[in-house]
Amino acid sequence: MTAFPADSTGRQGQRQISDRAIKWIFITPTLILLILLNIFPLFYSLYLSFTDFSAITKDPPVWVGFANFGKLLNDPQMWKYFATTGRFAFLSVGLQTLIGFGMALILREKFNGSGIVTTLILIPMMLSPVVVGLFWKLIYNPSFGIFNYLLGYTSPVGAPDWLATGNLALWAVVITDVWMWSPFVMLLCLSGLNAIPDYLYEAAAIDRASSWFQFRRITLPQVMPLLLIAVLFRTIEAFKSFDLVMGMTGGGPGDATELVAVNLYRMAFQGQWRTGQASALAYIVLIVIIAISNVYIRNLNKIREG
Amino acid sequence: MANVELRGISKRFRGVTALRDVSFTVADGEFFVLLGPTGAGKTTTLRVIAGLEKQDGGSVLFDGGAVDSRSPAERDVAFVFQQYSLYPTMTVFDNLAFPLRSPLRKLDNTEITRRVTEAAEKLRIGHLLQRKTERLSGGEMQRVSIGRAIVRQPRVFLMDEPLSNLDAKLRESLRVELEHIQKKQQSTTLFVTHDQVEALTLADRIGVLREGKLIQVAAPRDIYDKPANLFVAQSVGTPRINLFPSTYSDGSVRVADSPIALPFSQNGLPVHFTLGVRAEDVTPGQGDQRGEIALVEPLGVETILHIRSGDVTLLSMVSGMTHYRLGEAISFGIDQDRLHFFDAKGDRIDVEQGR
Repeated sequence: MTAFPADSTGRQGQRQISDRAIKWIFITPTLILLILLNIFPLFYSLYLSFTDFSAITKDPPVWVGFANFGKLLNDPQMWKYFATTGRFAFLSVGLQTLIGFGMALILREKFNGSGIVTTLILIPMMLSPVVVGLFWKLIYNPSFGIFNYLLGYTSPVGAPDWLATGNLALWAVVITDVWMWSPFVMLLCLSGLNAIPDYLYEAAAIDRASSWFQFRRITLPQVMPLLLIAVLFRTIEAFKSFDLVMGMTGGGPGDATELVAVNLYRMAFQGQWRTGQASALAYIVLIVIIAISNVYIRNLNKIREG
Repeated sequence: MANVELRGISKRFRGVTALRDVSFTVADGEFFVLLGPTGAGKTTTLRVIAGLEKQDGGSVLFDGGAVDSRSPAERDVAFVFQQYSLYPTMTVFDNLAFPLRSPLRKLDNTEITRRVTEAAEKLRIGHLLQRKTERLSGGEMQRVSIGRAIVRQPRVFLMDEPLSNLDAKLRESLRVELEHIQKKQQSTTLFVTHDQVEALTLADRIGVLREGKLIQVAAPRDIYDKPANLFVAQSVGTPRINLFPSTYSDGSVRVADSPIALPFSQNGLPVHFTLGVRAEDVTPGQGDQRGEIALVEPLGVETILHIRSGDVTLLSMVSGMTHYRLGEAISFGIDQDRLHFFDAKGDRIDVEQGR
């Protein structure tokens, strides 16, 4: 007992920096970055959304109240962009869910080289969207792209020009997005599927359950929470889609693929520099995403409770 | 109900032999227990019978007819897994009713309700029928799993350590209930366990498995009183059987490194062998062996005494609490009609009791 206090003072003398100080040394840089890059812009843009500020003029921001919001919400063009975004999100998330879940069901069976195949399938997800956009542009190219060739067109004459045709361009972007992100859905589903114990299926086999029952009553309920998380993530991302579309079509032809985020970029930086109005639009998108996420999360909790 | 016969079943997994030439028969209405340590091949045997695993050699017969080519559903067995294999997101009632709703058997709803209610009553889970299975305790879940097996009248019940995930008290009460149900229904049951108490209490007959080989098949009484080898002798009985290297000379069995000598007149014994004595056959306080108390373990119902004699320690079991104290010198006796002898390979030496 006598050695104990002496020992502890000795150690305190050696250690100049307290635990508390070390904690702050590690936290401060992160905190500063977060405040500068996230927190400050969040509140500053909220303020700007109520002003007529433009980033290239020297005029100070003038408070205009809800004028920006009113103007955006009364603009039929804006509603069209939202509809396009909604259609894009619905199509691409829907297809990603189907294809991702399907691939997971296939890859769940272990076969020779299934590990390698899984890794290869995950590659698109790791690429930069801008790069993906650029090379899919080449794939869709009407004169030398491989996409039309695979569809059976051996000559560019009469073959569709995917990115330049109004009603095909959105599908072209959807297909690319599905190619890129189905692996993400697959990955989450696969981890859900692998967590289902074999004995449940064995019990079902002994109970003479049909394979439809096994899927409906065992597989689906067990994977559902993870599947919904995948869908939630993908929906949020789809509503914010920008770089892929910008790289492929730039919103065109006309405004066929003009998603809200693309329009937002144009409004804020391309020639218009309407910073205040763009901030207002960003907040509208944020509110829409929060609303959609809430619906998902409520359903997720319902499923978890059984 | 049916009888089940295994003929020369063998099974290998990736170069590991799980079962070698296992053959036995479970009679109609019999409660047969497979006993063995982890990895002995008990579960594999069950899975082969159920059709969940395909054997590499040999044949499984139900009522004399081979079922090897039939799927698990066609074999009409009930399987209770060690893990509670309940369907999530379904109520207890739906879980129990599920095997009856299979399109392969056409039962109307009143019959299904009747059978489910009956099974639930037997297992005392009647009040849980509308509950979702996620909200049940472990004991309740395993009752439901057993219930799902007994609602139908399968040809065979297969149970894979159904009690081992439960706490001690529940295990005991469910064990008693299982026995009641089996005796009432006269169902052919194959029960797998590593717990010798379960085996001794439940079984009509026990099969002892070790490393994929069936070592002995006999009634619990014979497994206990006439173990075929050292492994079986050590597998049943708490406390464990006393085993000593011994010799036979001048008409006495002499325990090595100890003054213990038992006059024993007969011929079949070799010079060197292993002597086995059950703890309850060592009686302190009477007899002409000498030793001292090395440890006292009072368990309430019984007391286990560790008696030191020379360089060996014997376990002795006496009923109730005792007055013996540590270090006390005592005399003790060994019941000479209940000695077990094993040869150098560990196999039982049967000796005629001629004194």
